[in-house]
Amino acid sequence: MNRLIFKLEKRLTPSPAMVFIIPLISVLLALLLGAIFLVLTGEKPLTIYALMFEDSLGSKYGLTETMVKAIPLMLTSLGVSLAFKMKLWNIGAEGQLYMGAMAASWLPLTFPYLPVYLMLPGMLILGMIAGGLWALLTAIPRAIWKVNEIITTLMLNYVAILWVDFLVYGPWRDPKGSNFPITAPFAEAARLPGLGNSRIHAGLFFALALAVILAIVFKYSRWGYTINVIGSSERAARYAGMNIKRNILWVMFLSGAISGLAGMAEVSGIIGKLQHGISPGYGYTAIIIAWLSKLNPLAILIVSVLFGALQVGGYAVQVEGVPAAVATMLQGAILFFVLGGEVLTNYRMKLFGQKGEE
Amino acid sequence: MNFKRRSAVLIALLVSCLLVIVGCGNKATTTQPQAEAPKEKIKVAFVYVGPVGDAGWSYAHDQGRKYLVDKMPEVETTIIESVPEGADSERVITQLAEKGNKIIFTTSFGYMDPTINVAKKYPDVTFMHNSGYKTADNVGTYFGRMYQARYLTGIVAGKSTKSNTIGYVAAMPIPEVIRGINAFTQGVRSVNPTAKVKVIWTNTWYDPAKEKDAAKTLLTAGADVIAQHQDTPGPIQAAEEAGKYGIGYNMDMSKMAPKAVLTSAVWNWGPYYVKTVQAVKNKTWKNDQYWGPMSDGIVDIAPFGPMVTEDTKKLVADAKDKIMTKKWDVFTGPIKDQTGAVKVPEGKVMSDQDMLSFNWFVEGVDGTIPK
Repeated sequence: MNRLIFKLEKRLTPSPAMVFIIPLISVLLALLLGAIFLVLTGEKPLTIYALMFEDSLGSKYGLTETMVKAIPLMLTSLGVSLAFKMKLWNIGAEGQLYMGAMAASWLPLTFPYLPVYLMLPGMLILGMIAGGLWALLTAIPRAIWKVNEIITTLMLNYVAILWVDFLVYGPWRDPKGSNFPITAPFAEAARLPGLGNSRIHAGLFFALALAVILAIVFKYSRWGYTINVIGSSERAARYAGMNIKRNILWVMFLSGAISGLAGMAEVSGIIGKLQHGISPGYGYTAIIIAWLSKLNPLAILIVSVLFGALQVGGYAVQVEGVPAAVATMLQGAILFFVLGGEVLTNYRMKLFGQKGEE
Repeated sequence: MNFKRRSAVLIALLVSCLLVIVGCGNKATTTQPQAEAPKEKIKVAFVYVGPVGDAGWSYAHDQGRKYLVDKMPEVETTIIESVPEGADSERVITQLAEKGNKIIFTTSFGYMDPTINVAKKYPDVTFMHNSGYKTADNVGTYFGRMYQARYLTGIVAGKSTKSNTIGYVAAMPIPEVIRGINAFTQGVRSVNPTAKVKVIWTNTWYDPAKEKDAAKTLLTAGADVIAQHQDTPGPIQAAEEAGKYGIGYNMDMSKMAPKAVLTSAVWNWGPYYVKTVQAVKNKTWKNDQYWGPMSDGIVDIAPFGPMVTEDTKKLVADAKDKIMTKKWDVFTGPIKDQTGAVKVPEGKVMSDQDMLSFNWFVEGVDGTIPK
């Protein structure tokens, strides 16, 4: 009988037309699948999509809130992308964010009366160092004994989150807060300045600056080239005399420091104190964003905004009576199709029949 | 198949998709005018920390919301579920105010500061924050004296245990939970002075698997009754699987583990929601800090399981009567802490402020509070 053989062939270069068309089609297909699902559950897809767009990108408030959501996504995605560039699988952005937030919070909680020109830079440096050291903790065994960093970075996430919990439920509790698990609010000097009336804060500037710096480093610097070579082939890099161990330590430290900065920006710019659950998983979403952006720092900025919009819009549609699970499902569908489309950009699908016996 | 034909197929597919979407949209818009537009509706919104189907905390609030809609047809409600307590909650609350909701109930402790922040920007909207302590001109707080119901369930647990070890799966070491454990233990020891209450913290409100594991650990440690301050039926289900007893929380959990559930300590938010919305409607609302006693009906215990003896029921009924008539309250001295030191002397009653900031365990609790 005739058997159909299905084969994926890698394209030498991604088909140029497909680079633009496929993501577009993917999103449309995802929306269509979502629409079918919505119709089946008795909802009105058009109304819901319109609302999703309006409350995330189509209105001034929605847009500012999408940016607020995008800031930690941008920073953590930039952080992990630096490590991924060298094929160091830093899955620990979430924990590095928490440690950064924790260290940054220490300063205003211990010295509430510092002037702003000491407070903010101090928080910034503390946050970055803490995030960096937390990542370094996994880089050292990786560099010396080749301990798998996927496991160690992931495990340290739980440690970091529980450590912050311990502090806010215990020694760092607000003494005036009736034993509730939040720290005292930060002084005004410890709050990142905002943009006009919105909640967008200076963290956006950090993200934009870092993206440009990383783009330049990756493209033009010798160090960027080194990272790339080590990432592509460790053996070739060693043959070329590159110091792999030292680079592992540096790249992990900087990768963690950027996520630490995300944590600092979140507590200083948005929350204004340390508490349980400061991140709803930004560090994990960052992994997806970094991949979808193909580790391109400028693309990360755009994809982060889209993910911010998707999440903001997801909550907004609940007003129409769409349960939270459906909103999450829509996000999942879009992601699934975009990732599936990705394959088609890089591979050619071949279908051919083959005579065979059963 | 050549490229052109493939694209043609794709385009055809896409066009048909779009037609489907547009078609659905059209249907929607044509049905809208048929809906009657009676007199001005009162728009009320609820923000939940878990999914409505959690069978616990958010579910109990949503039952209250349904009661409200039932009793006041002029009310139109909106819910937003599974809202994290970090950066997201402030946006969600703002958007609800922006969409014309006149009363917004925020039903988790972590929404406290976001609620206060949003309330500043919308002075015409009434905000009610559940379980916190900060108020403003247009922000009130509300909660119930769940410890009274916990005490009664403690009596049932104290009479039902044979091993004299009772397990308590507890979410977070905050005053509300500590108060509940203490009240429960007071209830246990009032009928069984040698029993111990073993506590395990899960550090989560909503995690079915983790809560169940914590209960299993307690069962292995010899507990034969499991109580819980968690938002899923995980712990009592673990008790049922082990052939032991359990005490539910938030709602009557007997359906989730019929062989295990002795009773449940339940929330009954409905009447309070009706009262609040009516007060706002009649312009008699004040930014109070409401902490409702059992006599208001906001907390209660669910009907007993068939295994509860008449003798136990009688003990519970007597204690309930004392609480309902306000002749006596749970934290009346003498009350000792874990070291045996007297914290509330004989004849004294703990003040609300002390109860609201509980950070020590009473005698009989086997567990520690992280300091």
